Amino acid sequence: MSDSNNKNPQGLDPEVTEKLRAQANALVEHVNAGDYAQAMTLINDLSEVRDQSLYREVGRLTRSLHEAIRNFQIDPRNAEQQEALSKMTDASDRLEYVVKMTGQAANRTMDLVEETMPKAHVIRDEAAALRDEWLRLRRREMQPAEFRDLYGRIDQFFVTLTSDADTIYNNLSEILLAQDFQDLTGQVIQKVTNLVKEVEEHLLSLVVMASHVDQLTGTVHEIESADVSAEQGVGPQMNADKREDVVSGQDDVDDLLSSLGF
Amino acid sequence: MKILIVDDFSTMRRIIKNLLRDLGFTNTDEADDGNTALPMLKSGKYDFLVTDWNMPGMSGFDLLKAVRADEELKTLPILMVTAEAKRDQIVAAAQAGVNGYVVKPFTAAVLKEKIEKIFERIQ
Repeated sequence: MSDSNNKNPQGLDPEVTEKLRAQANALVEHVNAGDYAQAMTLINDLSEVRDQSLYREVGRLTRSLHEAIRNFQIDPRNAEQQEALSKMTDASDRLEYVVKMTGQAANRTMDLVEETMPKAHVIRDEAAALRDEWLRLRRREMQPAEFRDLYGRIDQFFVTLTSDADTIYNNLSEILLAQDFQDLTGQVIQKVTNLVKEVEEHLLSLVVMASHVDQLTGTVHEIESADVSAEQGVGPQMNADKREDVVSGQDDVDDLLSSLGF
Repeated sequence: MKILIVDDFSTMRRIIKNLLRDLGFTNTDEADDGNTALPMLKSGKYDFLVTDWNMPGMSGFDLLKAVRADEELKTLPILMVTAEAKRDQIVAAAQAGVNGYVVKPFTAAVLKEKIEKIFERIQ
């Protein structure tokens, strides 16, 4: 809206206001002189001026709308772009990719954790059992036959310990690698965020244009306020620490519940 | 002890299932929203319900109210594990009869503490 600086606060072109002022004076003169036919012609002229200004505004709105649509790259006249995916469709594809990637990473990580945890358990239990036997040996409470048993068991423990430690190490490094989604999804989310910002700017200028037309035509919209029900859930809250109506963590929840007698 | 875990994300169900197993609760089932959970609860003789709030279909809050309104189920202990963090929502859940409320993201220690507290109070 490069020409908005030339306008008065009511959104009228200087040309229109000039004409309005001149003809209003003429109108008063005609009415005072009793020349009603001339007065009616002037009123018609005035409404024509108003209509023309409105048409100009609508024309500009249409041009801007076309511009905005071109910026979304979904201009239907361009065969090349028609074939290509629109940015918007692409954005939802990209976000689906993010959901897929994060889901895969979470499941891969949990697979490896579930595989690793029992191994840690077994090592711990066997080490504790061997330690008990070892203490018995040191207290010289062990028979030679039992010692031979323990000898073999310790040997076996060292063998499994080595291979289990390798498995655990490998699983941990695979868990590390499974976090590489962050880089990819981060880039995708940044691209989509930029697109959303772009769309927001275009929509904002459309809203400004539309409100100018509303001012010119004197249209008043009745806007029903949409009530979002918290009962269905609203999801995670951003900037929770800066908001009064949102808890900032489990401690806040506990305080709130205990204040209710929980 | 038979526990039903209700969350629309399989990842979260798996995390909770693992944490519960570490706490010694190995008998768990899963459902992905209230509509799936309610018939399971009615026929499955569950001792404990862990539910998310925000789910497509039937929300966890509606499930909570449905359970409390059911003559057979109304005493079932319910722990809400959810990203819903508005004070109004927590108050509403408390008034609807929830036994515990854990906000995501949470730690294993918090989940353990809340579950133990619920069982302490029941016994």
